[in-house]
Amino acid sequence: MSDKPEMQSSPNTELYDAKKVSRRTFISSLTFVAGATLAYWGWDALYDAAKEPTGATAGARKPLRRVLNANGELFENNVSAEQLSRTYPKAMAVKRPRVNGDVGITDKELAGWKLKVAKSVSETFEFTLDEIKKLPKTEFAFEFKCVEGWSQVSHWGGVKFSDFVRHYGLHEQAKMQYVGLRTPDEKYYVGIDMPSAMHPQTLLCYEVSGQPLSPDHGAPLRLIIPTKYGIKNLKRIGTLFFSNERPPDYWAERGYDYFSGL
Amino acid sequence: MKYIINKHPLAIRWFHWLNFPLLAVMIWSGLLIYWAYDPYAIKMFGATVIKFFPEWFYQKYHIKRRLAEGMAFHFVFMWLFAVNGFLYVLYTIISGEWRHLLPQKHSWRDAWLVLLHDLHVRKTVPPHNKYNAAQRIAYTAVVVMGLGSLLTGLAIYKPVQFNWLTFICGGYRTARLIHFVLTIGYCLFFIIHIVQVALAGWQNFISMIRGFEVKDRAAVESVTAKGGSDER
Repeated sequence: MSDKPEMQSSPNTELYDAKKVSRRTFISSLTFVAGATLAYWGWDALYDAAKEPTGATAGARKPLRRVLNANGELFENNVSAEQLSRTYPKAMAVKRPRVNGDVGITDKELAGWKLKVAKSVSETFEFTLDEIKKLPKTEFAFEFKCVEGWSQVSHWGGVKFSDFVRHYGLHEQAKMQYVGLRTPDEKYYVGIDMPSAMHPQTLLCYEVSGQPLSPDHGAPLRLIIPTKYGIKNLKRIGTLFFSNERPPDYWAERGYDYFSGL
Repeated sequence: MKYIINKHPLAIRWFHWLNFPLLAVMIWSGLLIYWAYDPYAIKMFGATVIKFFPEWFYQKYHIKRRLAEGMAFHFVFMWLFAVNGFLYVLYTIISGEWRHLLPQKHSWRDAWLVLLHDLHVRKTVPPHNKYNAAQRIAYTAVVVMGLGSLLTGLAIYKPVQFNWLTFICGGYRTARLIHFVLTIGYCLFFIIHIVQVALAGWQNFISMIRGFEVKDRAAVESVTAKGGSDER
């Protein structure tokens, strides 16, 4: 190389070779066009991919749902009792938390309400609100997060689901993988993985902003689960059950992530 | 006499062209998500200058009522976007390409000269090697922005599991705002990038595909002579 001093300072420089130039240009251009075509086809195939078969989840493109479920599992394994949704002083909570949905709570009849807990297929227990209120009360303000993207610091009070399980000896049931909840009219329903259900901030909630729940916030008893989006915070619990299969979930059937954890 | 000047390594060309459709899908699916709660706007003297986004925009690009779909795409393609970006950074470190890309001490001053030159205020071309000072700053900034998008994205995706990260990002709402602003940043980067590439000409553009430029000797020497201390 010593006879070509001008090249010493530029190791990336080669002598011009028409054949080399046209060969390299051809190969790389072909690769580029092939890659772009492949990407276009791939995107088309994904965009037009068949919807998943209707099960606990529905409405999403099959390949996307596969990844969403994998994401869910990845983060579900990471749920721990030590990781809390940040809590705030009660004074920072909004006075009137936003009401965003009324599916499952349009029925005005509340008299005679009882919480039904299906201990097994044949055994169902019923609890009145007064019975539930006798258990230790937990209250805190946290930033409630809607799947739409808005959030609000709001204050909620009730009984920890884990306290409820312990007090009523539902240990065997709590070994199952999921808790299912549905409204009395069965129009809204959610499934919660057990680690999230047993999280210390998950409440069977009967108070908002220090007052008994209003009907549009889910009176008399609702789920508050700060580790998940609002869509999982079912209003007006009618029946609660345990399962090793994923229980039906209203929004998961409409294309959303089943886990929907934060 | 003409020379072949090898400019972009094969790996960098792949990372570059993969990133383009991946980022496009992230921005599009991000818009589907953003629509569901779209409070951002630029206001001056109490009047809204720009609303993100006006009704016609949502209509034209069919953004409305597709939140679940947007989330599905966003949370699948985030992995590809992250992996591609991670491998790119790893490659620049291992190959030593970072030497061409990171800003240097004098880059900040020189970038100003590049700007003046590009705006035809100043005639002389500021000294540069593979990339000029403004490019070094821009190409490094966009990688830092990418990292910012991943971190603020994680902060709003899992704000309980990564509550420390959400806290560092200034809270859930602030993290969402930063995530959005960074996206606007990519769009601005894209516009300037396209204009610059168009102005730089065919040789420069095709080198991002085939890797090299063909130049005559005079041009090679003028580049190496101006390369200064960062030659290599």
